[in-house]
Amino acid sequence: MVEFGGVRKEIGLQLVPDAKVGDYVLLHAGFAIQKMDEGEARETLKLLEELIEVSG
Amino acid sequence: MKYLDEFRDRRLAEALVRRIAQTSSGRLNLMEVCGTHTVTILRNGIKQLLADETNLISGPGCPVCVTSNQDLDKAIAMARHQGVILASFGDMMNVPGTSSNLQKERAGGRDIRMVYSAMDAVKSAKANPDKKVILLAIGFETTAPTIASSILEAHKQGLENFLVFCIHKLIPPAMKALLEMGEINIDGFICPGHVSAIIGSRPYQFIAQNYRIPCVVTGFEPLDVLQAIYMLILQRREGRCGVEIQYSRAVREEGNPTASKLLGEVFEVCDAQWRGLGMIPGSGLKLRGKYERFDALKNLELQIEDSREPQGCICGEILRGIKEPFECKLFGERCNPEDPVGPCMVSSEGTCAAYYKYNPRSE
Amino acid sequence: MGREKILLAHGSGGKLSYELIKGLFLSAFENPVLGELDDSARLDPVEARLAFSTDSYTVKPLFFPGGDIGKLAIYGTVNDLAMAGASAKYISISFIIEEGFSLDALRDIVDSITQAAKHTGVKIVTGDTKVVEKGEADQLFINTTGIGYIRGGVDISGRNGQLGDLVLLSGSIGDHSTAVLSQREGFQFQTDLRSDCASLHCLVKEMLDASTKIHVLRDPTRGGLATVLWEVANASRVGIVIEEERVKVREEVRGVCDLLGFDPYYLANEGKLVALVPQSEAERVLEAMRENPLGREAMIIGRTVEENPGRVLLKTGIGGHRLLEPLSGELLPRIC
Repeated sequence: MVEFGGVRKEIGLQLVPDAKVGDYVLLHAGFAIQKMDEGEARETLKLLEELIEVSG
Repeated sequence: MKYLDEFRDRRLAEALVRRIAQTSSGRLNLMEVCGTHTVTILRNGIKQLLADETNLISGPGCPVCVTSNQDLDKAIAMARHQGVILASFGDMMNVPGTSSNLQKERAGGRDIRMVYSAMDAVKSAKANPDKKVILLAIGFETTAPTIASSILEAHKQGLENFLVFCIHKLIPPAMKALLEMGEINIDGFICPGHVSAIIGSRPYQFIAQNYRIPCVVTGFEPLDVLQAIYMLILQRREGRCGVEIQYSRAVREEGNPTASKLLGEVFEVCDAQWRGLGMIPGSGLKLRGKYERFDALKNLELQIEDSREPQGCICGEILRGIKEPFECKLFGERCNPEDPVGPCMVSSEGTCAAYYKYNPRSE
Repeated sequence: MGREKILLAHGSGGKLSYELIKGLFLSAFENPVLGELDDSARLDPVEARLAFSTDSYTVKPLFFPGGDIGKLAIYGTVNDLAMAGASAKYISISFIIEEGFSLDALRDIVDSITQAAKHTGVKIVTGDTKVVEKGEADQLFINTTGIGYIRGGVDISGRNGQLGDLVLLSGSIGDHSTAVLSQREGFQFQTDLRSDCASLHCLVKEMLDASTKIHVLRDPTRGGLATVLWEVANASRVGIVIEEERVKVREEVRGVCDLLGFDPYYLANEGKLVALVPQSEAERVLEAMRENPLGREAMIIGRTVEENPGRVLLKTGIGGHRLLEPLSGELLPRIC
């Protein structure tokens, strides 16, 4: 069962067998296809924030 | 929503646009392969925003659009077969075959059902033991593992009435074919996000190494695309040429090994017919011998009509990136979302549909 | 009555029809005009200009979170009249029922209709019932036609949009379609989201109390906000510019749209309105909207412009822009 924005749906987890409750996943055609790496997400956003300082 | 909203942030977008303008040293031809990227680009107005620094070209990454007329006719023949329930993902319903489409067939009484997931089709098979349920298995490396999973499930449940019409296609061979055709000068590739979540970034190495074209694996939010474009411009400017991952929160270099294993278990690579690009060797998937009994083509007697391409439709050239929808004589008039001539106008990720809806020529 | 299902005979005009009308409809809709049971309703003359509207309701499923076909049938027509600045006075209602339809379900729907009519103060003065063979109609279709009196001193029409108008939106978009979709086979997601099905008659009255100079009122039902704005831009021959950041979309609606590939600008709403109001009146009207429960989240979302008459430009959240075209074709989920 996944939740997005308050909506819940049953999803196949066969492609991410090690997914745990609380993990963020990518959805496609009724399946989770990959776990979202929260550390990487934060890294990416940090990089983008740094751009603001540099580019003015 | 977490991990979505942050990647739509206006301040960050403006900063990226400024950086791109500062770093750019000449207008680059960048191809976004995947249809979802075309939609993000047009829906957010990125094409015009970066018109000075980039010429964004749409590629063949729409599985509905690259399905040949003949495959559509085969699907229609399956729907017309006695005792068949044809299960299809939504987009396929209005794609024109030679003389009909699935929507018309359904209106004419055929049992054609829309599914959101391959598992829904397996459930249908279980619930209707006296019928044959055929899943129209279309899509790239993102969707194929889900079909593999459903076949294994059907196998486990011992279902005798679940069949798959497998017309899955693979992205990297198509990118290679495009480059070999040599019709357009591409300065950089915006590589698909979710296909790459499955296959990783390594399959694109040959493009950077052999063709000296930078690649960036990109996410689907507007900031992802802007950042990817920035990374491509930077590579070119600094004389580098490699495969980088912008979508690092979802894509690992090695992809999703579980999914790859599932693919390998159920499918093997074969040649495939692409609308617009013709026959591309090693660009499709077919069921392995072990799972042959799930193959719809091998297990049904079908009456398939002779396939013909529609007159005047230039979907092929649009998929190869050498023409834009505006250059098609049928675009917007004879060919529109209500009454499409070619599949590029039907799919929600088709280039023509996206151009029609978001009309980048707004002034 | 004690029967479980609607039979063909219920629609044939004979004894069973009479029983159905008297026992179910008459007792529910209860008013002297209807009670006359003549072929036509006879109404009192009136000094006001009249507004007249009709709509047929074929929603599927019949019952959805936040409403049902009955509630929709009344509010939909009342709202259309309100969009002309009219308060709905009389409604006709016709049912086309599929043979075998559950009588209990019909009772529930009639209940809904009664509640809705009471809430809006509209009288159901005439009606019709037909029953068709099994398979000839999908369960139940309803048509309602309404007459309303246009408030004195107002002139509201899609053609009245002018340069210098601001565009006001009463609340979030896409709620109704999303709630209905969640119940459809093949989608099956769980959500607390309810349809925004509501009658706008009070909201409109309060807006007009604040200012009679409102130029345009439209409710973005089928086709969504984009289609309605496009229609107004064309009817009024003005350009319209909208800011994406000011258009409210609930998180659940965005989630479903992202997942299924829909665009909230094209989803139906059944309890929202768009108004074009001269700049000088806008603050006043906005305040009045926010005082009403249906307008708490009202926003100024854009304005009319001279450039590109007949077209609607959306300024995107990241600083780009795109054209909002009217809805074409059906909305389908995506695959990749």
